[in-house]
Amino acid sequence: MRGWVRAVDDVSFELEKGDALGLAGESGCGKTSAALSILGLLPWNGKVFGGSILYKGEDLLKLDSEQMRKDIRWKRISVVFQGAMNALHPNKSIGHQIAEPIMAHEGLKKKEALERAKKLLDLVGIGASKIDRYPHELSGGMKQRTMTAMALACNPELVIADEPTTALDVIIEAQVLKVMKELQKKMDLSVILISHDLSMIAETANKVAIMYAGKIAEYGDSVDVFKDPLHPYTQKLIGAFPSILGTKKELASIHGFPPDLLSPPPGCRFHPRCAYAMDICKTKEPQMEEVAGSHRSVACHLIGK
Amino acid sequence: MTSKNLQPAEDDVVIVQDLRKYFPLKMGFVQTLMSKTAPVVHAVEKVSFTIKKDEILGLVGESGCGKTTTGRLLLRLIEPTEGKVIFKGTDVTALDEQRMREMRRRMQIIFQDPYESLNPRLSIFDIVAEPVRIQRVAKTEQEVHERVVQVLEDLDLVPPEDYIYRFPHELSGGQRQRIAIGRAFILHPEFMVADEPLSMLDASIRSEVARLLIGMVKKFNCSFLYITHDIALARYMCDRLAVMYLGNIVEKGPTETIITKPKHPYTEALIAAVPVPDPTARRTEVIIKGEVPSAVNPPSGCRFHTRCPYAWDLCKKEEPQLLQTEEDRFVACHKYK
Repeated sequence: MRGWVRAVDDVSFELEKGDALGLAGESGCGKTSAALSILGLLPWNGKVFGGSILYKGEDLLKLDSEQMRKDIRWKRISVVFQGAMNALHPNKSIGHQIAEPIMAHEGLKKKEALERAKKLLDLVGIGASKIDRYPHELSGGMKQRTMTAMALACNPELVIADEPTTALDVIIEAQVLKVMKELQKKMDLSVILISHDLSMIAETANKVAIMYAGKIAEYGDSVDVFKDPLHPYTQKLIGAFPSILGTKKELASIHGFPPDLLSPPPGCRFHPRCAYAMDICKTKEPQMEEVAGSHRSVACHLIGK
Repeated sequence: MTSKNLQPAEDDVVIVQDLRKYFPLKMGFVQTLMSKTAPVVHAVEKVSFTIKKDEILGLVGESGCGKTTTGRLLLRLIEPTEGKVIFKGTDVTALDEQRMREMRRRMQIIFQDPYESLNPRLSIFDIVAEPVRIQRVAKTEQEVHERVVQVLEDLDLVPPEDYIYRFPHELSGGQRQRIAIGRAFILHPEFMVADEPLSMLDASIRSEVARLLIGMVKKFNCSFLYITHDIALARYMCDRLAVMYLGNIVEKGPTETIITKPKHPYTEALIAAVPVPDPTARRTEVIIKGEVPSAVNPPSGCRFHTRCPYAWDLCKKEEPQLLQTEEDRFVACHKYK
């Protein structure tokens, strides 16, 4: 073993009922690991070394795996996994797959569970008539919506969606996002959206946390963060996204590559790529600090000095 | 007819005329016996366009619209069912194997996935040098070395000595894609097809590679076909756009006018669906319903009529032709007759 990779390091955020939090960052920045920790679904070689995950005041890290399975996962916190194309069972009809967690968690009979599955399929816009279809008979967008229906099967309060639209075409993506936004409002859900696509986060989330190399660089209301990014990484990342609206602007680019998390750079992890890096950035790690007069925190030595 | 719209100009490097490609559908034994005509996938249907010297043409559309097939047809990686590809006065589709091999020196391709397209057993040097060796354009090994070093420097992989002895698995995705770009440009091709070259890269790296790619195209005066589903990024890359839907080109013209004033309802929907990195942006809510129909039995008349918010009777019966509406602007829609 070459040591522990600190995939997620000192990450804090909070969610209120009805909030949609976007967890954004490049691949390998730790956004999926952070979300899987909440669910207690880290792979065998992953371990939470410290901190707490408070869900309505209850620390999820203190629960054992059986309690997590029985009481938390799906009943209260559910997940839409990355890559809906491969997350469905190829040999079972989608109705059966949606009914399965309902039977397991709520002890309903198969008939009743299938009834609810029909309602869920209507809800996500697939239509109850497709309940006996198999995944290979569905298009990518429909599979993605099936996954959403599955996540909603036991009326959860929090849904974690990991790259829910990555493999979809733009028009289908817009359709899926529209359904998700409507459902969130209708069912008063809290949502954590994980994506590398800032444009998608800007459209769906009301709060956003920008992650870089296992840490949160900036956190706040999405309007504030997108309109007036404070952290140099956030500024560059937003500038690197092309926009179809307005006048054509030059795309920003960030030189260099994200660091190896086995041996992250000392001080601020972004300093080797940062245009404003000072001496202090190379030695002292910046802490998340709330910007005066706003609900925004930034981890950067440039801010508040 | 679409070919009438072609006005071959002197600086047209690539002229594509009425290109068509049908793929036979795989059938079971019984099905084969029962059916009279073999079903085919109408992947590309009468596609025509031109690319000028120095120009980046973007071919945009959703998956399954035939954009990748078109790109491969141009380089004859697959054989067209019908139509011509004229490259600098030569009909590429009529060349024999020997002459095609010579032609490949001047036409290159960049693939989407840099994790799949580089041979894991070759060093970076051998990967980039391979086209030079196959085409025997360098006289000495010293010259091969010089060319490899030069192209790596062009792509900001400096110092090149740090990279040439490494293997693909030691590089990040962005670095690998730059190697793939370097390999494609090392023969100084006059025409290049790039199939989603940036879609596998992270945002922070994507814009950097995009900038390098544009730089290479301009440096070598290359004619460039950029195939993508990402119309927002295409806006930054391309001089002109051609929008494809179910095997047809539905609209083509200069990038900025298409983005700011789309004419075809499909282009309009495609642009409206693109998410914007701005939470306060006002968006037009033209999200079209449904999904792309099957290319085995494409809809009659206009292929888009099943999803088009403006469709009327004529659209179901008659297929609209790609007609010129203003200078350098073509639309295939009955609305603009």
